[in-house]
Amino acid sequence: MTEQIHLAAHFPGVNNTTVWSDPRSGSQIDFGSFRHLAETAERGRFDFFFLAEGLRLREMKGRIHDLDVMGRPESLTVLAALSAVTTRLGLAATVNSTFNEPYEVARRLATLDHLSGGRAAWNVVTSWDAFTGENFRRGGYLAEADRYTRAKEFLQTARELWDTWADDAVTADPVRGEFLREGGVTPFRHTGRHFDIQGLFNVPRGPQGHPVIIQAGDSDEGREFAASSADVIFSRHGRPEEARTFYRDVKRRLAAYGRRPADLKIMPAVTYVLGDTEAEAAECAAEIRRAQVSPANAIVFLEGVWGRDMSFCDPDGPLPDVEPELGEGVSRGRAQFRGDRAATAAKWRAVAQEKNLTIRELVIEMSARQTFVGTAASVAEQMTSFVRTGAADGFVLVPHLTPGGLDELVDQVVPLLQEKGVYRADYTGTTLRDHLGLRSPVKETS
Amino acid sequence: MTLHLAVALDGAGWHPAAWRADGARPDLLFTAGYWADLVVEAERGLLDWVTFEDSLAVQSTRHDSPDGRRDQVRGRLDAVLLASALAPLTTRIGLVPTTGVTHTEPFHVSIGIASLDHAARGRAGWRPRVSARPHEAAHFGRRTFPPIDPAGPTARRHIERLLREGVDFVEVVRRLWDSWEDDAEIRDTATGRFVDRDKLHPIDFRGEWFSVRGPSITPRSPQGRPLVTSLAHSALPYDFAARTSDVVYVTPRDADDAAAVVTEVRAAETAAGRTGPPLKIFADLEVYLGPPGRRARLDDLDGATHVSDAHVFEGTPEQLADLLLMWRASGVEGFRLRPGVLPHDLPAVTRGLVPELQARGVFRRAYETTGLRGRLGLPRPPSRYVTAS
Ligand SMILES: Cc1cc2nc3c(=O)[nH]c(=O)nc-3n(C[C@H](O)[C@H](O)[C@H](O)COP(=O)(O)O)c2cc1C
Repeated sequence: MTEQIHLAAHFPGVNNTTVWSDPRSGSQIDFGSFRHLAETAERGRFDFFFLAEGLRLREMKGRIHDLDVMGRPESLTVLAALSAVTTRLGLAATVNSTFNEPYEVARRLATLDHLSGGRAAWNVVTSWDAFTGENFRRGGYLAEADRYTRAKEFLQTARELWDTWADDAVTADPVRGEFLREGGVTPFRHTGRHFDIQGLFNVPRGPQGHPVIIQAGDSDEGREFAASSADVIFSRHGRPEEARTFYRDVKRRLAAYGRRPADLKIMPAVTYVLGDTEAEAAECAAEIRRAQVSPANAIVFLEGVWGRDMSFCDPDGPLPDVEPELGEGVSRGRAQFRGDRAATAAKWRAVAQEKNLTIRELVIEMSARQTFVGTAASVAEQMTSFVRTGAADGFVLVPHLTPGGLDELVDQVVPLLQEKGVYRADYTGTTLRDHLGLRSPVKETS
Repeated sequence: MTLHLAVALDGAGWHPAAWRADGARPDLLFTAGYWADLVVEAERGLLDWVTFEDSLAVQSTRHDSPDGRRDQVRGRLDAVLLASALAPLTTRIGLVPTTGVTHTEPFHVSIGIASLDHAARGRAGWRPRVSARPHEAAHFGRRTFPPIDPAGPTARRHIERLLREGVDFVEVVRRLWDSWEDDAEIRDTATGRFVDRDKLHPIDFRGEWFSVRGPSITPRSPQGRPLVTSLAHSALPYDFAARTSDVVYVTPRDADDAAAVVTEVRAAETAAGRTGPPLKIFADLEVYLGPPGRRARLDDLDGATHVSDAHVFEGTPEQLADLLLMWRASGVEGFRLRPGVLPHDLPAVTRGLVPELQARGVFRRAYETTGLRGRLGLPRPPSRYVTAS
């Protein structure tokens, strides 16, 4: 059988992906928007629907960032509502492991797994920053070096909790008066560096045993965490060369944990633009990029990388000759500007010089992630070859319009993938684990 | 004036042996379909709202530890998610989940309830619940709680502190709900601004137990402030309700006691310096409708006489209607009925009690409002951060 492509839909929430100025752009908060996108994804037989999370509003230079879409609901609550209007689609929530406690998160995920009949997934993210921590009663207490040790122990603890109820613990036999069978539920005790907890878990094991675990970090620790513990990686590597390198690197790490390459699906975030002709699609893609990177937004991006006020710059002029500030920077609550600022700025400068770009053109060049551009047939072909050449197991599709941005892909590209035999014609199972071809979790032995 | 009627959903019903009754479907308790049937039935009966119980520990007949029993329902789903899963399947009935406020984060709870209000288009409520239980604290491992000795002074101080912390928790949640003004999203293509940042407000809460910065990540929900309800049996929790809630569920023994409780609650409001609309006082009743002896047979099955914190009513829908009207004359405005056995007593409420109340002209014949606050005649409040300009 040929390699099967996995597809997921990202709800384009808070970022500059969404072209909110487009008249077709709807509400990012109304439940109808979530419902529309989820129903479209299910019509397209997608593996899952993905919600991101950010627990503090982004700021630039100490002020709330006001140029992009802002405001979103709590992920698990929306996904629970979506479980009522879908029947097969996986429902993936991003839930932070730093500002939560295992008992509560484990029970909410087990609940979603029950309500959806086995379709829950958890993207474990770690946001370390004290900035986000200011919204929580426990504050920004965790050093950056600890975020993956906590994430790992958090997930381990959640798994211990899920495993304390046997699959057949609930007998509910009214005649014998036995609701739980003898030995069906065992107490837990977890003693570790981050958690010292004990007692009884209060949700029966969900249909999937454990929800599907997704990981999205990119650092070495992040990759090890994924290799040891995740079922899916939501990667940011959507360019074929980088994607192949990332794919090889992560799959290679699995053996050390006694896992097979098929146990971890790698799904990069990708965007797409369709047109009736290649030229039309390219033109449309250029328009979208310009809408995403308005002149004001170009300066904001630049400030994010340079880590300082650049408001004196002309977005349609050249990059000025100023050095980046290497401190904490001016942008907060946004993941992509972390890392080596000096190196990033040097690279940007080199590209601007080499291609003779204005600031806005440079930002478009450096930040645009348009992966698949073309006619439906050529996009179907590009996606297929991406997977066939070992760059991914599938994709998390990020539309640029809410909520209708997935419609044309599902209507035009999915049928072509199905014709090629590289994508399911219909769901063959009921749980997300079934869709992803993942094994049932083996119980932790305590 | 219409009488207000809510129903409290929990497991198979409020009698510990309810799950063994005919038609109880105990094998489906952890499925969405089971709850959907109940809530659709409650909506068919035009009830004001349903509540969902919750806690961060397994049910127990003891206060301070699990009891190891396997002959009663154990385990439950997260109430906020459960309520949310029922939102798209209903259009009018209010959905009021319980959440703990002792071990959770106000930020998470605030956005969860606001999100429920968005998904339910203005039908969300919330019941904050304080927990003094040491075994629940051990599930989080952040604090050690003293053993519960209801008579001792330690227990009282412990509970008093937890309630004060709970007051702060609800205050944070409410401020976060207000932290986006209604019209903060402007989508102004001319200036390229999606939001007006002057309409987004840090809440900067600083208290004895925690501080929270804000603003919320979730835009103001359809009701602005979802309905806050709490359960109270005595003076300390009356004070908590007076400081935090829109509705209080109380547990009088009879009509005279109801009058006394109403007086106590009103005094607590005055003492707390409450401003804004007075608490809506709802009386909780556990109900067994139909032929006599049903409760006794369940007690036999369970091997013990079931004791409730609320008054237990046994009788016909007509008798229950008499009781409700009598208690209402004592000053309570509504009732939260706890069906003894859900598959039996919920339909007895919706198909027996409701028509009886309608016939007496004291209950609605159709929903007049979609929003939950509106159903109680509560206005949609503007954000506290709106400044007159
Ligand atoms: C594609 C992708 C999506 C992500 N989505 C979120 C998110 O929704 N919320 C969040 O807090 N972090 C998110 N992250 C951040 C990561 O979880 C992680 O915290 C961050 O990349 C830093 O970890 P690292 O140093 O291992 O890369 C995402 C990262 C990637 C690559």
